[in-house]
Amino acid sequence: MPVIKDAVCSLCGCLCDDITVTVDEENKITKIDNACILGHSKFVGMFEHERIRTPMVRKAGELVPVSYEEALDEAAKILVNSKRTLSYGWCSTSCEAISKAIQLAEETGSIIDSTANVCHGPSALAAQEKGSPGATLGVIRNRADLVIFWGCNPVHAHPRHMSRYSSFSKGLFVPKGRKGRKMVVIDVRKTDTAKLADKYVEIDQGSDLLLITALRSIINGHEDVVPESVAGVPKEELLELATLMKESKFVCVFFGMGVTQSRSKYKNGDGVSSLISDLNQHTKAVMIGMRGHYNVTGFGQVATWETGFPMAIDFSKGYPYYNPGETGANDVLVREEVDAALIAAADPGAHFPQKALRHLAKIPVIQIDPYANPTTELADVVFPSAVVGIEAEGSAYRMDAIAIRMKKLIDTEFKTDEEITKDLIEKVRELKRGA
Amino acid sequence: MSEILIKNACVCDPLQGIDCEKTDLCIRDGKIVESVSANAKVIDAEGKLTLAGGFDGHTHSAGKINVGRFMNPNDARKNPVPGLSGQVARTDKTRAQVGYNTPNTYAIGYRYAKLGYTTICEAAMPPLSARHTHEEFKEIPILDKMGLTLLGSNWQVMEYIRDKEPEKLAAYVAWALKASRGYGVKIVNPGGGEAWGWGKNVSGLYDPVPNFDVTPAEILMGLAEANEKLNLPHSVHVHCNNLGHPGNYETTIETMKMFEKVKSSRDRQSLHVTHVQFNSYAGTGWRDFETGAPMVSDYVNGADHLTFDIGQVIFGPAVTMTADGPVEYANSRMLHEKWSNQDVELEDASGVVPLSYSPKSFINAVQWAIGLEMALLVKDPWKVMFTTDSPNGGSFVNYPEVITYLMSAKKREQVYSGFSDMALGKMVLPGIDRELSFYELAIMTRAIQSKMYSRPEKGNLAVGSDADIAIYDLVPGTIDPSTEHERLKQAFSATAYTFKDGEIVVKNGEIEESPMGRTYWVNAKVPEGIDSAMQKDLDLKFKKYYTVSKSNYMVEDEYLPRPVEIVTEGDF
Ligand code: SF4
Ligand SMILES: [Zn+2]
Repeated sequence: MPVIKDAVCSLCGCLCDDITVTVDEENKITKIDNACILGHSKFVGMFEHERIRTPMVRKAGELVPVSYEEALDEAAKILVNSKRTLSYGWCSTSCEAISKAIQLAEETGSIIDSTANVCHGPSALAAQEKGSPGATLGVIRNRADLVIFWGCNPVHAHPRHMSRYSSFSKGLFVPKGRKGRKMVVIDVRKTDTAKLADKYVEIDQGSDLLLITALRSIINGHEDVVPESVAGVPKEELLELATLMKESKFVCVFFGMGVTQSRSKYKNGDGVSSLISDLNQHTKAVMIGMRGHYNVTGFGQVATWETGFPMAIDFSKGYPYYNPGETGANDVLVREEVDAALIAAADPGAHFPQKALRHLAKIPVIQIDPYANPTTELADVVFPSAVVGIEAEGSAYRMDAIAIRMKKLIDTEFKTDEEITKDLIEKVRELKRGA
Repeated sequence: MSEILIKNACVCDPLQGIDCEKTDLCIRDGKIVESVSANAKVIDAEGKLTLAGGFDGHTHSAGKINVGRFMNPNDARKNPVPGLSGQVARTDKTRAQVGYNTPNTYAIGYRYAKLGYTTICEAAMPPLSARHTHEEFKEIPILDKMGLTLLGSNWQVMEYIRDKEPEKLAAYVAWALKASRGYGVKIVNPGGGEAWGWGKNVSGLYDPVPNFDVTPAEILMGLAEANEKLNLPHSVHVHCNNLGHPGNYETTIETMKMFEKVKSSRDRQSLHVTHVQFNSYAGTGWRDFETGAPMVSDYVNGADHLTFDIGQVIFGPAVTMTADGPVEYANSRMLHEKWSNQDVELEDASGVVPLSYSPKSFINAVQWAIGLEMALLVKDPWKVMFTTDSPNGGSFVNYPEVITYLMSAKKREQVYSGFSDMALGKMVLPGIDRELSFYELAIMTRAIQSKMYSRPEKGNLAVGSDADIAIYDLVPGTIDPSTEHERLKQAFSATAYTFKDGEIVVKNGEIEESPMGRTYWVNAKVPEGIDSAMQKDLDLKFKKYYTVSKSNYMVEDEYLPRPVEIVTEGDF
């Protein structure tokens, strides 16, 4: 039985690359070592969840199985007839597929956006305003004596983060691991992560920016302007936290959607970035976003080198145009601006607001995904695809922007996202030549 | 078999000693050949200046540049150099283009090709993020590429130097090049990257690196020795300590002197000092800041073991990006600019800060002058490589502008006549009347690179060389570059023809074809026993400190669609 070592878990932004996978003669994964519960369920989910078996096209209201060729033909027709297509998702797939998706969007004059539109998009805006002072996860492992989790809950969302990269890991300058580090959690409720912290700071809902501003004031020597209580936290506690930050040798702030999606959105990320810059006047400090989907970082990277922009890219003028708030997936759906959609490796059906979904239901939708999900209900053409990281290889970027090559672990009859997108490009060209 | 005959080319090829002579060039299957058959396609160069394809030996065009793009979406729309910047819609032959200082990958390929460049060297690649660099290389069309691997604050390197293990050190360097598919050894602010891990810096060549008990000087000498032991095609490529600080010219000269004792294993320099402009500052602070170029150039004129590149400043917006983490943080605080940082575990630091150079700023004006002073005060052009450290000093699309600075004293005067008296008093440029010839320009932009990087098939048009050729729309002898600098600039802004491997990729300034370029990397052979002893130490590093496993660290073949493996035999 082949045993594959150093396999990569393609579930969350931790991209753990130390998984051992055993595959039997029937091409089934029989054993998974080192993965957490989430990762484990992804590997075994492969065989438990209902896969879409064949390409499908909606005929008389029903999705019916068709040949790959027919589905390709239908999808290409939708794309060629559309005046403004939205291409959306592309975060749970390989960089190679993302690259092809961008090419397709360019050739069809589409808008392309990633799931960052509903999670860490605001951190990109914050970086555009103030920059992003970060480090790779191993730097935290080896140096950080203060780890702050802000608006994130790794115990549930990134289960191996703390053991591999942060709180519990051991490194050169933190040989004792957890005993050598302080751990602080800032959140609106006492999460399971907070229960493990040395210090838990509970803040009022949506008051992150107030807290950031108060901390910056104290760190910059203006504690006198800070009122007795900020964001629901007594001043005493703030002073204590600021002192801890200044007196630690290496501080890392891990921030999650609790920060990027709470009130003030990108201004929060902007504030954290300024806080980090100020802290560096006293000690060493960095920040890292806790990205959820395993390759949402990769979409931002590939899109940036290929188009200049990390998301919400509009090719209708032939060159990339970017104006989040105007060209984001939600924006163009809510404004009913697009007349077709290509959705891959994502599920807006489950995550988008009602108004956006109502429009999505009205327009032709092409879906590429290994599994049926609520978006399938809205789809007119469906391409089943290989599960990237298990049935298909390719690059993904960890939350700290380190690229790792995901392995192909088992054989598959399904085409990859990359192949399907490539075929779509060809088909669209063929139809355009014919026209 | 594809054949081309270029007739009436006015060839300037310093490696062959040819100075603007009318000749014919024969091309077969991507190479320059002695002769071609009667079936060859004939192109009439009409006496135009014909050079080997340009070779940018130090540019930031893949990897870290993405952080610059990410932070500065506004750069995408900037169009200060029409035809070579800004937004360009896709065509049947080209992908969509954006940007000026941080263009997208496609624009980088097309624009370099329009300038007559066919090879670039990405100057800073941390091994752990090398895969990313190669992913961008894949999307840069036309150009041949290579990357320099950052090793100047690497734990394994520092420990081997501290423990006096030169053989294991060489084995590690060889492995790091292989793992990252790198071409040479880059050292940035030796030891400073590690110090920056604690928010600190090293202050000079003899300031020990915290916790590692080695000095920057020892790092430089250790890596230089390993470099020569491995017989690498390039020398160590050094960004000196104290970059950007007034008074740093002393550190720069000290560093250069230290290398007098390093014996080069090949027919090339034993040291390359990069973007020397940023390291040739005199004065004790910003108030009495002034040029250090006379001192540095004086030393270089008497030395024959080193080369340097200019790092010329261009007025207007630029984006600084370097592994010199502490410098970028200091920049951002001084200029109140946004700041990105990326420390890389066990390896190095890095930072990105946008800024703008203004002729009104006395500091920027002096910086502008220092680059040109270095290029003009150093007598032997075979020591000088032409760069703007793109986009640190400014974007590479300004190369035609820099060419006019070097070839026309009048043009220089036009620029510095706008400077304040205070600035003029801190530079020596106004007293320099040297104007480069096409021959000297060809040395600095392609010939020296061929020698520096030991790539004999590049940077010249001898039989057997790559048919990478640039034909510029100007006929030497009919133009006086000194007075007609605007025409000169125009001609260098868009070639009449650029050939890549014998294929016409640019014609009359427009992209014709967009083939995939090569990626060069070095496989330095190390005796088995030494390698396996080193691997044991390395395994421990991966087990205890890295967060990526060793097998997933190595850049896979998939990332090099057209690899060229350069094998060297070490001297063990
Ligand atoms: S932490 Fe994330 S990447 Fe690691 S095993 Fe769990 S789900 Fe997979
Ligand atoms: Zn540089």
